Amino acid sequence: MMTFIYDVFIGWQRYQFVRVALVGVLLFAPMYGMLGTMIVNGRMAFFSDSLGHSALTGVALGVLLGMRDPLLAMLLFGVAFAALLCWVKARGKSSADTTLGVFSSAAMALGVVLLSLRGDFAKYSNYLIGDLLSISARDLIPLSAALGLVALYSALRYNRLLLVSANASLARSRGINPLAVEIEFTAVVALVVMLSIRWVGVLMLNAMLVIPAACARNVSDSVRAYIARAIVIALACGVAGLLLSFAAGTSSGATIVLLLTVCYAVTLACAK
Amino acid sequence: MKHPARNACGACCLKTEGLTVTRDDLTILKDVNLHVHCGELTAIIGPNGAGKTTLFEALLGMSPHEGKIIYTDAHTGQERTPRFGYVPQSLNMERLAPITVMDFLSADRTRRPVFLKPSSAQRDAVLAELARVGAHALADRRIGALSGGEAQRVMLSLALVPPPDLLLLDEPVSGMDASGLEKFYGVADELRRSLDMSVLLITHDFGMVRRYADRVILLDQTILAQGTAAEVFAGAAFRAAFPGVRPEI
Repeated sequence: MMTFIYDVFIGWQRYQFVRVALVGVLLFAPMYGMLGTMIVNGRMAFFSDSLGHSALTGVALGVLLGMRDPLLAMLLFGVAFAALLCWVKARGKSSADTTLGVFSSAAMALGVVLLSLRGDFAKYSNYLIGDLLSISARDLIPLSAALGLVALYSALRYNRLLLVSANASLARSRGINPLAVEIEFTAVVALVVMLSIRWVGVLMLNAMLVIPAACARNVSDSVRAYIARAIVIALACGVAGLLLSFAAGTSSGATIVLLLTVCYAVTLACAK
Repeated sequence: MKHPARNACGACCLKTEGLTVTRDDLTILKDVNLHVHCGELTAIIGPNGAGKTTLFEALLGMSPHEGKIIYTDAHTGQERTPRFGYVPQSLNMERLAPITVMDFLSADRTRRPVFLKPSSAQRDAVLAELARVGAHALADRRIGALSGGEAQRVMLSLALVPPPDLLLLDEPVSGMDASGLEKFYGVADELRRSLDMSVLLITHDFGMVRRYADRVILLDQTILAQGTAAEVFAGAAFRAAFPGVRPEI
């Protein structure tokens, strides 16, 4: 027990890979907290889940194209998949949740089929649950760029996205193109999802995106408080989950999600 | 009671020619030739599924359509794209959504992200706009927790800045009690008069149509009848569209 406590508070400092992962979490958390508030406002939780599932197909395409690092294929596929989802949803021939369900399952299945063609799917199974402790110092550069992109996007587009999520026709009457706003937003989410999927994992990603915002929503009464609290909750659970998982030898992503879930239960009990 | 339009020129400021909307092989609007006169309140009535909201969506550019939509500026006589103010039936906001009325209006008014503290000038401007529709006390309330009437007044406040050429009100009083109804129509009528704007109103409330509308259009896929409330209510098309309904004329 003493070793566990020592590792949580002090022991981790001796390990370069934990220090790097901690910096990674400090970059991830504000991004997820911020994007999560926009996802929850727009009731797009299924949307980001579908994007996460589509990552496997992006990986498979990268592998089939002979790329050593499939990131570029994932990013391009993610943005194209997001735009296609928006377009199909906007046509309104079937309900949004049905469309997302079909796309999500199809993208996941296609990825698994393509990756298992040569019988070595196990090699890619780390994409399912991710590993934050595998973040390298070099990975911090694209993560910092992604955080900058999300901050810039939020500063420029948060207001428009808020109006579109309230009522698309109302937004249109104010000179906003709702479909363009939606495509733009999902492209940003797709970039963040594809960039982080190898460390966060397909199965954990949506929880990490949505739960901080869901917690903050329970205990906030203005947009300012909502976003600030979502970021603080994402940071606190991210850092605590990483260090606890290091000390306990558990999956870091899953540990963070469990902490976020506890946080959600507490905030739900405190909801006004 | 209704105020006469201050500067109504009687000219047709918005015209649709052969407006047709089709979705998935289903014709929702067919050959709608609508004339909206400057400074007047035009009520659009019709049974459920008549295409009333789709007409607004087409005007706002939200619905692909055939035919022409022409707006003529009453002052210059030039055709141009009109500035719409739109009050939808409702907002897609949960009761607990942490978005205040101030956040919502600020999101429209300024480029400054609403997650930053608003400047005092910005806050004062929003409060003044809310005061115009009798809603200044709602500024710090969550928008999802407002009653139907309160939410409609907030949306009306949003729609009026900058002053629109055409104000589109889509069943703005559904679910409102009698005093809320009277208050909303009173505010809308006073604003129409003072700002000299044209108003298009979708409603099922024939009593208010009789009291406030200058002209009435009966729509069911296409325009079945138009004229004053008395003319439309007394016509055969109205009786066929609303069997058994006899509004007081």
